[in-house]
Amino acid sequence: MENLAMHISNGIVNGPVAAAFGALALVALALCVFRSRQDLDDRLAPMAGLVAAFIFAVQMLNFPIFTGAVSGHLLGGALAAVLVGPWVGALCVAVVLIVQSLIFGDGGVAMLGLNITNMALIGVAVAYLLVALLLRILPRTVSGLAVTAFVASVLSVLVASQGFVLQYWLGGTTDVGNSIGGLAGTMAAAHLLIGVGEGLITATTVVTVAKVRPDLVYALRSLRPLSTAREFPVPGGAR
Amino acid sequence: MTIGGTRLTVRSGAFILGGLLVALLLAGVVSNFASAHPDGLDSSLREGCTFDADDNITGGSCPAQETKDHELADSPLADYGVKGVDNGYLSTGLSGVLGVLITFAVGGGLFWLTRRRSATATVTAGTGTVGTAGSAGGGGVTTGTPTPRPGDTSTPTGAGRTGTDGSE
Repeated sequence: MENLAMHISNGIVNGPVAAAFGALALVALALCVFRSRQDLDDRLAPMAGLVAAFIFAVQMLNFPIFTGAVSGHLLGGALAAVLVGPWVGALCVAVVLIVQSLIFGDGGVAMLGLNITNMALIGVAVAYLLVALLLRILPRTVSGLAVTAFVASVLSVLVASQGFVLQYWLGGTTDVGNSIGGLAGTMAAAHLLIGVGEGLITATTVVTVAKVRPDLVYALRSLRPLSTAREFPVPGGAR
Repeated sequence: MTIGGTRLTVRSGAFILGGLLVALLLAGVVSNFASAHPDGLDSSLREGCTFDADDNITGGSCPAQETKDHELADSPLADYGVKGVDNGYLSTGLSGVLGVLITFAVGGGLFWLTRRRSATATVTAGTGTVGTAGSAGGGGVTTGTPTPRPGDTSTPTGAGRTGTDGSE
């Protein structure tokens, strides 16, 4: 039987904790709306819509990890952070999660705050901080951008997965007792591998966009220009 | 990175359209070849339980046993399928196509409605876009950096802004 639940389902975390994170997510998204206005111009707005649609599409593409009995999918935080920046990026991922929950029955409606906190807020924030740091210290080449996207993806997915562990520690509905550490370990191991997959997808996508339209890559516009020296081959760069 | 108004608009439109086509292809066709195994989160929550071939819990104790039905499990597009379409490939693909279009419409629509309006857009065609985005990005990292109001860009500050970008 095909089980396509990709996000936190109803009943996993108790109501009060879910509601608290719902309130947190609402406040954070309101801040994002406020801050995103300075980024959103005639050029970024359609790009942001495309980024949301693209993340929705790629989230459907579960890829096998471990020996194949477990799968993973893109979360999209790093991709959004690089392409449209932190504020708009968090809103992009949130839009995807809301559409998935309200229309595709994926991720409980009551759990939306938890899912948004992990993937839209934590995922994008961690990714953007790393992108901002790495783009300054790595060489100004296409491979520098690729490495930046890859590392930001891996770590953002890893930290986002631990966001769930924290939520489960606060309000998990099954008594896992002392094995919350076990859950943390299982989640970390799985999401390290998912992060590698996410990193490859994100790096490929970002490098492709940077080669076709570098002006549409927020991180390159805002942090510094990409060098014209392209001595490294582009991974999977379909032209 | 100076930008010629009309030509850019056309190229941007082409880029968005191209990207949308890729997304539609991924969600509409490639999605059928995705792994159907539980994802990292789901499999972590199933640790401790045993399952039969239909994915029903047959024993043990695990977080997943508390899973409740989704509020909108009867939605016409629930579980990435189109209700009433029996062919699995068609159902998944069609739901993916609709999902991409809905997400683009909702996301793009909201972003378009909340974007900075034309008064500043005409300025951004000249010097603004790169510089403004630069200071915005700086504000994102070091919160509290005073960002120039988008409307204040009537003075030609191209050189100064480029300097800001480089030093950031």
